[in-house]
Amino acid sequence: MLLINCPWCGVRNLQEFSCHGQAHIQRPQDPAQVSDEQWGDYIFFRDNPKGIHYERWVHSHGCRRWFNAARDTVSDEFLGTYKPGESPPSVGPAHGGDD
Amino acid sequence: MARFQQNRLPTGGRIDRNRRFSFSFDGEEMHGYAGDTLASALLANDVRLVGRSFKYHRPRGIFSAGAEEPNALVQLGEGAYSEPNMKATQVELYEGLKSSSQNRWPSLRFDIGSINSAASRLIPAGFYYKTFMWPASMWMTYEKWIRKSAGLGRSPDRPDPDRYEHRYAHCDVLIVGAGPAGLAAALAAGRSGARVIVADDQSEFGGSLLSHPAEINGTSALDWSGTVAEELNNLSNVTVLPRTTVTGYYDYNYLVAVERVTDHLPPGTGGNLPRQRLWKIRAARVVLAAGAIERGLVFADNDRPGVMQAGAVRSYINRYSVLPASNMVVFTNNDSAYRTAIDAAENGATVTVIDIRTSPRGTLIDKAEEANIMVYRGSAISAVYGHRGIRGVEVRRLNRAGHGVMRSSRTRIDCAIVASSGGWTPTVHLHSQARGKLDYDETIAAYVPGAGVNINPHRSAGACNGSLDLRKCLAEGLQAGQAAAAEAGYDVVMPEIPSVVAGSEGPMRVMWAIPCKHPVGRGPKKHFHELQNDSTVGDIHLAVREGYSSVEHLKRYTTTGMATDQGKTSNMAALGVLSGLRRQTIQSTGVTTFRPPYTPVTFGAVVGQNRRELFLQQRKTAMHPWHERNGAVYEDVGDWKRPRYFSVGHESMDRAVQRECRAVRDSVGMMDASTLGKIDIQGPDSAWLLNMVYTNAWSKLEIGRCRYGLMLNEHGMVFDDGVTTRIGEHHYHMTTTTGGAPRVLTWLEEWLQTERPDKRVYCTSVTEQWAVAAINGPAARDLLSELTDIPLDAESFPFMAMREGRVAGIPARVFRISFTGELSFEINVPAHHGLYLWEQLIKHGAAHDLCPYGTESMHVLRAEKGFIIVGQDTDGAVTPDDLGMDWIVSKKKEDFIGKRSLSRSDTARAGRKQLVGLLTEDPREVLPEGAHIVAELKDKPPMPMLGHVTSSYMSPNVGRSIAMALLRDGRNRMGERVSLRLMDGRTVNATVVDPVFYDKEGVRARG
Repeated sequence: MLLINCPWCGVRNLQEFSCHGQAHIQRPQDPAQVSDEQWGDYIFFRDNPKGIHYERWVHSHGCRRWFNAARDTVSDEFLGTYKPGESPPSVGPAHGGDD
Repeated sequence: MARFQQNRLPTGGRIDRNRRFSFSFDGEEMHGYAGDTLASALLANDVRLVGRSFKYHRPRGIFSAGAEEPNALVQLGEGAYSEPNMKATQVELYEGLKSSSQNRWPSLRFDIGSINSAASRLIPAGFYYKTFMWPASMWMTYEKWIRKSAGLGRSPDRPDPDRYEHRYAHCDVLIVGAGPAGLAAALAAGRSGARVIVADDQSEFGGSLLSHPAEINGTSALDWSGTVAEELNNLSNVTVLPRTTVTGYYDYNYLVAVERVTDHLPPGTGGNLPRQRLWKIRAARVVLAAGAIERGLVFADNDRPGVMQAGAVRSYINRYSVLPASNMVVFTNNDSAYRTAIDAAENGATVTVIDIRTSPRGTLIDKAEEANIMVYRGSAISAVYGHRGIRGVEVRRLNRAGHGVMRSSRTRIDCAIVASSGGWTPTVHLHSQARGKLDYDETIAAYVPGAGVNINPHRSAGACNGSLDLRKCLAEGLQAGQAAAAEAGYDVVMPEIPSVVAGSEGPMRVMWAIPCKHPVGRGPKKHFHELQNDSTVGDIHLAVREGYSSVEHLKRYTTTGMATDQGKTSNMAALGVLSGLRRQTIQSTGVTTFRPPYTPVTFGAVVGQNRRELFLQQRKTAMHPWHERNGAVYEDVGDWKRPRYFSVGHESMDRAVQRECRAVRDSVGMMDASTLGKIDIQGPDSAWLLNMVYTNAWSKLEIGRCRYGLMLNEHGMVFDDGVTTRIGEHHYHMTTTTGGAPRVLTWLEEWLQTERPDKRVYCTSVTEQWAVAAINGPAARDLLSELTDIPLDAESFPFMAMREGRVAGIPARVFRISFTGELSFEINVPAHHGLYLWEQLIKHGAAHDLCPYGTESMHVLRAEKGFIIVGQDTDGAVTPDDLGMDWIVSKKKEDFIGKRSLSRSDTARAGRKQLVGLLTEDPREVLPEGAHIVAELKDKPPMPMLGHVTSSYMSPNVGRSIAMALLRDGRNRMGERVSLRLMDGRTVNATVVDPVFYDKEGVRARG
């Protein structure tokens, strides 16, 4: 089971958390001004990388606060977690694992 | 034949001869001793035949002395305690143990299924896939037949009477296995003060030392292991777990172990202890010291009862004091089996060694010859005599290349046991589960642990690391324990490496299938590489011929390694044969990934305490005790127990609902609405939040007034609704659907925390803080006036308003809102007063014909009014306009969540499915919810679909059946007749109408 370092509480079991998908998706400042295509990109399209992925997580059975995480989708390794508004940590290239 | 432990040796072993147990196998009474396994006790009593094989029903005997046992699966216990597929080699003997053989009918000696063996040419690998694929409609028939004729033991047909529990543990170093390497690791780590857990699947620590006598520091190795075990027991920072198998290795060093707490006691005598305990262990570092498993040589008819691992025979002699037979043949490709030959000879057996090596040299070979053991070099067993038990073997010289046997050299040797050794396979299962790589080691002809991954820091030591030599096991164990504790932050003083005198050993000779006079893999003889699933070298040949030659395909096509033993003794031989056929190295052939669990885990252990009322949490309202006393029949909504209806007498649901619904419209009804989600919203930006999450405008809502709101997701689809009330300047009370409450709170928090952390709004769930009694009906005002000082006249307390005051003497918030379309008050009081409030209302309500009602009546009443239920009349792809609720979508607000999506081409297009009412031609016909409205009637599906029924009831107040439906272009079809094709094949016609069936003007709620 994954072990996640909640930046508010510390290291906890995966089962206390929920993943809310890709992080750093910017909601258009003025939705009325964007085209259907731009809006469609915002609501529908997400990255699915092999390697480092930045994700939004919530400590749903803990402090109920959100944070972001850099996770290697190949090895399932959490390379770092950080609070909303903070910039992502600089992390190395994806670590090896079984692909 | 009388059973009197005739194979028991007079002295020695780890058994307690003062504690004699009686037990039975297939009804026959026998005796054994404390310290025996069922297998050792059976062998002591000269029981050879213990089961029939899975596919061919061939007679089988005990093969091993441990967790790798493929053959000796037995049914254990009786009645509710009965348990199938228990490995006799792992079952500790207790007084009164009852066991029986499996997979045979009518008896073990005469099994009718063994006809499969004669017909084996007709059931090759992949037989079921090939034969039972077509026609698909026959599969159900085939499956029943296959299930009946295959199959292992019988599952018990009564609930499990035993108790199980789960336990969490954290440690610095987890050590898996307490053989020489594991004990050494535990010693090094334990002395540092690190929190250590040592788990071993046996009742006694010592591992291989229990079975294989050796000397450490010049004395018996068991003295050393006993001293170490005692020291570990006395260290407060060390937890020792005997009878505990680590079955799974999951990410971030999370390991699962099963402790068999009372399995070694007669059923039902464990007292307060659970039967088994599932440990969930998070370890900073892990040391794997899981040992190695011996594989047999794969020769013709190598599955006959009496063919055993050489090491297992040695284990029975030394640990259990059982000499399985007085004449035996040891068949080997390596030196280790000579130890078995020497021990057996020392205990009086006549032993012959057949060694496939032409000139084996080493200390052990010399010792065997000194003991006058006959050694056939460069020879092999080419056939065995005996069917239900071995009577002898045919030995022939191997030709120079080892590809065949010499026809002229035939010798027959009588024996009852063939102790076979094809080398030792390191137990790399947990390393592989931890996503560690495996490297092929040619010297031991097996895979050994390779590189690991960052997130599962562990190391392997001893035999599971490919180090089969005792001195190396001890050294590696100490080093691994020291390094693991050091990495976990402890200073370790390295204990001295114990001294072990090592002899010289020669290399093994790798030969994955032993030749006989017929061609291996294509001849009439069966060479079983896999005993439990009856998979033969011939099956591997066939698989490769048919193109299933990748290791993953081979596994599934021949079912190698897919039995309950997961191929612990068979996988290497399969890989060896496959590599040979493909003319490539074993490393390049690769290996399938090992999956948890290492050994089967009972459902009881998996479930633990989570049974019955502990299985799923239940939420109950403050009024629940009254519901219990008054005939409530419940419906689960989220985790809540909600009364669905109150059955008076033995009234059916239909009758109860008709009665309740009429009472609400005629006098007054009362519903427990406590489960509705309630969120307290405070802060200067509260109105901003409401404007953002709801489609309508909230800025002008006055204090003390309520407003209904519809919540959309960013795709513009309805995902919750409810009434929100302004309590104060910066204070609101939001209600949500019962099931949607956690989702809505999370939604609000996500927007506040991630998108607009600058906004000052605080949301708190207060669902459980308020108990709510909703009174609905024309007499609601009269009833409430008896209990409150709040003025209730329409002018001072209008519809969609909230007033604070006292009800039945309790401080209360009363909301004049309505989900039934009647005059209605929802009385909120602090939850602990809820039951009192309810009982006071019931008491005073008697004079007003008050009728408590449940969720089913609530559904009917709201459907009469055309009110939606989110999640029933919506499905996540429904916009406000689809519901005919465009009136609630603000055209003035610049932004709210989902607004932009409402003008997307698909969301804005004409002809989407829209909410309508349906009236069936026959007013008594209640359409099933989910029924399809079809565009064109055909004899059978598929038929083009126009929509489906979302809600449907018999309405007592409308006096007929009513339904709501999502219908393509529904609002343009008003008055049209549509057809529905039901599951039972009937066609029902209905007219499309407005979804409001009752009091269209809405005067009743406002009165």
